[in-house]
Amino acid sequence: MIAALHISDLTLTRGERTLFRNLNFTLAAGEAVALTGANGAGKTSLLRAIAGLIRPEAGAIVFSDAERRTIDERQARGRELHLLGHLDGLKSGLPARDELVFQSRWLGRSHAGIDEAIETLALQSLLDLEVRKLSAGQRRRLALARLIGSPRALWLLDEPLSPLDARWRDAVGAMMARHLAGGGMILAAVHDPLPIPTGSLDLGAVR
Amino acid sequence: MSAAGVLFRRELALTWGGGGGPLLACGFFACLTTVVPLAAGGDPAVLKPVAAGIAWLALALASLLSLERLFERDLEDGALDLLATGPLSLEMVFAIKAISQWLATGLPLALTAPVAALALGQPVELAPLTVLSALIGGLGFAFTGALGAALALGAKRGGLLIAVVVLPLFIPPVVFGSGALDRAAAGLSPLSALALLTAYVLFAVIIAPLAGAAAIRSAQG
Repeated sequence: MIAALHISDLTLTRGERTLFRNLNFTLAAGEAVALTGANGAGKTSLLRAIAGLIRPEAGAIVFSDAERRTIDERQARGRELHLLGHLDGLKSGLPARDELVFQSRWLGRSHAGIDEAIETLALQSLLDLEVRKLSAGQRRRLALARLIGSPRALWLLDEPLSPLDARWRDAVGAMMARHLAGGGMILAAVHDPLPIPTGSLDLGAVR
Repeated sequence: MSAAGVLFRRELALTWGGGGGPLLACGFFACLTTVVPLAAGGDPAVLKPVAAGIAWLALALASLLSLERLFERDLEDGALDLLATGPLSLEMVFAIKAISQWLATGLPLALTAPVAALALGQPVELAPLTVLSALIGGLGFAFTGALGAALALGAKRGGLLIAVVVLPLFIPPVVFGSGALDRAAAGLSPLSALALLTAYVLFAVIIAPLAGAAAIRSAQG
């Protein structure tokens, strides 16, 4: 299980533009960090680089376990992290239940967490609806369900709370707090503060 | 169930269900092979010698239809990111998607092909060979077609681009496939042409996932 994420001297570019240079930070088990910065500062790109979808220009992204041994990148990315971006990967024509079951089993290879996810995010009444019929907030709850449906240590979240109402922001905050208490890690790109205590990383400042 | 099984079931459900699926391909195939006698005249002396060639041309064109949605849909809704953070390599994901494309398009087309060929005047005895060669060729169409779909990811009007990229790659299976039928019609053994067809398809099955996965990574990055 990933117990720490180390980022050293990371430089990311998109096209000709350098987003940031020489970013250093470490995320340890039980920690959450709120990633802030202006639009276009590179928050989403950083999350995607950690998930292995963008190749960094320079620097290193290293995952290590509780004994400080380095975990193979492919192993870490394929089995131990969640990336939840603006696009949630839900197929609008399919029933919510199929999507939840597919996402949880594809990422987690078990049935165990699905019932818990349905309960935590109160999805029971939505399961038979097609995804296209869900509101933005309901859709986000369904997307968040995979975090519980398939337990993985590192959560990379991009504006996770934006479409949610006040009640669900608190509920998802509680969900995050439980994840951290269990030794998980959260790196979330946000504009509004998360409802849990977090460290902060301002990408505007490292430019 | 293994991750490969989970993904395979889902892809099959999507290719069979969403975006027209097998009915669309078979319908297009039937229309195309019906138009030929109307355009070229119904004279059996004209149609019979070209029946195999027309059937294979129609197979190739019908195989193009649903390619555009194969990866584009997943790129648009973010499912490609989900697939990339799953337990399987992108090469495996590509292969699973191509195989489900084959089962949803190639297989129904292979079953429709002998009917169309028969209508164009092909002898009845060639029907089993038509199905067999269309099945093998369809696997090649699915893998090379999926490669074209991956290369065209993110491009505007990707469907046309896919056709231009992929049709040249469809030429060898069309040549070997219709060649096998022609040889059988002339009373010769079709095995040499079938062997070449199979060799090309196996080559595509190995190479396309490697190239396709690289194309997907570049579209994601």
